[in-house]
Amino acid sequence: MPHDPGANPLVEVRGLNVRFVSRDATVKAVNGVDFTLAQNESLCILGESGSGKSVTLRALMRLNPPKKTVMEGAVRVGGHDIVAAPEKAMADIRGRVVSMVFQEPMTALDPVFTIGKQIAETIIRHEGVSRAEADRRALGLLELVQIPSAKRRLAAYPHELSGGLRQRAMIAIALSCRPKLLLADEPTTALDATVQIQILLLLRRLQQELGMGVIFVTHDLGVAGEIADRVAVMYAGRFIEEGPVAALMRGPLHPYARGLMGATVHAGMRGTRLTTIPGAPPDLSRPVQGCAFAPRCPQAGEDCLPAMPELRSPAPGRNVRCIRVDEAA
Amino acid sequence: MLSYILRRVLYAVPIALAVSLLCFLLVHIAPGDPVNAIVPADAPQAVVDQIRAEYGLDKPLPVQFGLWLLKVVQGDLGRSLATGRAVTDDLFVAVQNTLRLSLIAAAIGFAAGTLLGAIAGAFRGSWIDRVAVGLAAAGVSVPHYWLGMVLVIIFSVTVNVLPAMGAGPGGSGDWAWNWEHMRHLVLPAVTLSVIPMGIVTRTVRGIVAEILNQDFVNTLRGKGLRRGGILLHVAKNAAPGTLAIMGLQLGYLMGGSILVETVFSWPGTGFLLNSAIFQRDIPVLQGTILVLALFFVSLNLLVDLMQTALDPRIKRA
Repeated sequence: MPHDPGANPLVEVRGLNVRFVSRDATVKAVNGVDFTLAQNESLCILGESGSGKSVTLRALMRLNPPKKTVMEGAVRVGGHDIVAAPEKAMADIRGRVVSMVFQEPMTALDPVFTIGKQIAETIIRHEGVSRAEADRRALGLLELVQIPSAKRRLAAYPHELSGGLRQRAMIAIALSCRPKLLLADEPTTALDATVQIQILLLLRRLQQELGMGVIFVTHDLGVAGEIADRVAVMYAGRFIEEGPVAALMRGPLHPYARGLMGATVHAGMRGTRLTTIPGAPPDLSRPVQGCAFAPRCPQAGEDCLPAMPELRSPAPGRNVRCIRVDEAA
Repeated sequence: MLSYILRRVLYAVPIALAVSLLCFLLVHIAPGDPVNAIVPADAPQAVVDQIRAEYGLDKPLPVQFGLWLLKVVQGDLGRSLATGRAVTDDLFVAVQNTLRLSLIAAAIGFAAGTLLGAIAGAFRGSWIDRVAVGLAAAGVSVPHYWLGMVLVIIFSVTVNVLPAMGAGPGGSGDWAWNWEHMRHLVLPAVTLSVIPMGIVTRTVRGIVAEILNQDFVNTLRGKGLRRGGILLHVAKNAAPGTLAIMGLQLGYLMGGSILVETVFSWPGTGFLLNSAIFQRDIPVLQGTILVLALFFVSLNLLVDLMQTALDPRIKRA
């Protein structure tokens, strides 16, 4: 890989494939994802619904539904082999080495347990501390995620908090055992626009203060620009472009990434039409021949169809899967 | 919470009043003249009138209800037309017997149903699930008087290990928790437990499967909780709905064991009701129905209070 994460990467993913097998169909959700993440680095995975970004994220802590998921490839997080680890060992890794912030804090929190208890049980589970010590730590965590009158909020149930506070509580749970890697699955999608930016700034600050690696998934380009060091664009279960956030946002190379940037609202665009990408993403339960984006691509030709384009590196730190890229760059 | 409990108890008072009015009316609207049951068919009209007056049956219905209610609140349910004994005395014994039977049946049915339902819900679609659903469907569908008779044929007639009827030596009022008495409880309790077992299985299965599909279970796995830790969350989430169905079922068991008590000649309220109906014994009928209905009301109240204690989303205001 051209991107150099240093000698000891926090996350190392090689040839990750995830399939969902059911009686009716096999859906190939992730088809060969490779990447590395350095300690203390933040990566944003961009893509539309169904591109495999959430599945990739969940694969990093093996949280996809165990019965129907087939996972192949190599995934190492903090030195642990995530693909091969027995379920018991996975339970020790989850929450301690890697933890996740979910999209919808209303449904991701247990409605009949208090916030304090949901934080404390995680600490007790992993560190075996006393109830009183866990409660004390829970209070500290609520203060860390800047929940006002934290002491009172410990005894609150999820339905008694606003959406923003709930997501802060969710982050507090995820951080309770100081994980090395924080995963966030569209952490701001369910929130009001004003609250979104607060949560993003909080995540950014916590990442820097606690020195975690962060991988988050979004379809919101603004979110990506706000907190990511690097961005990866996903399409049909593959990373089709990857690079430093500023360079990629300013000059996307892959036609799909360009389409994605073109379909986004910026300031000063009043009156102009948004460009859209024609067509729809491929059905992942059917085999895809060649470049998955070719049917929708304005630059596609016969030569796109025989094989999946190999990764090309047109500039340092940038990777793209498109045979036209040398022309584009 | 205390004021909430107090308020809920106060709400139950008008319900209890309405229930007693209904009990009273039901019996009086039903066809058949109770006096005919007491006097011989060729008795002179003067005697019939005298008896009618003695029992207060000659007064208008509202007055009868008022007089009856006044006595009821003093703990006097009148005297049986058939035996002349105080209704409260017979009812006291019968209620105890019915409580023993229905509580044991509930314990069996609820335990089996919760276990089966939880396993079925957790392994939805597997063979265990199909077995549990089959058992639940059978439990709900099999008529329990028929099941009772089949059990009697097997365990009392063929194998001859358990008694077919009665509440043990010493008759209906002489209960003790020893094997001599308890062996009489086995067949009726098992028979009676089958329906609540089926219903609780189906309900718990549905609730557990729904909870396991919720996002927060993924969060719990993501926090590294093991099966036991997740089970605790599932249990607390499932408890309010499960309790509601159990409360209703216990109420049905208390009042609905007429057939089973009759099949096994178990001297409980169902047995008492059955004989009172055939003898047109209005005071016994009214008293028994009233007591059973009040049990139902208090059970529902209890369940509501427990649900409120378990689920913080239920408003206490």
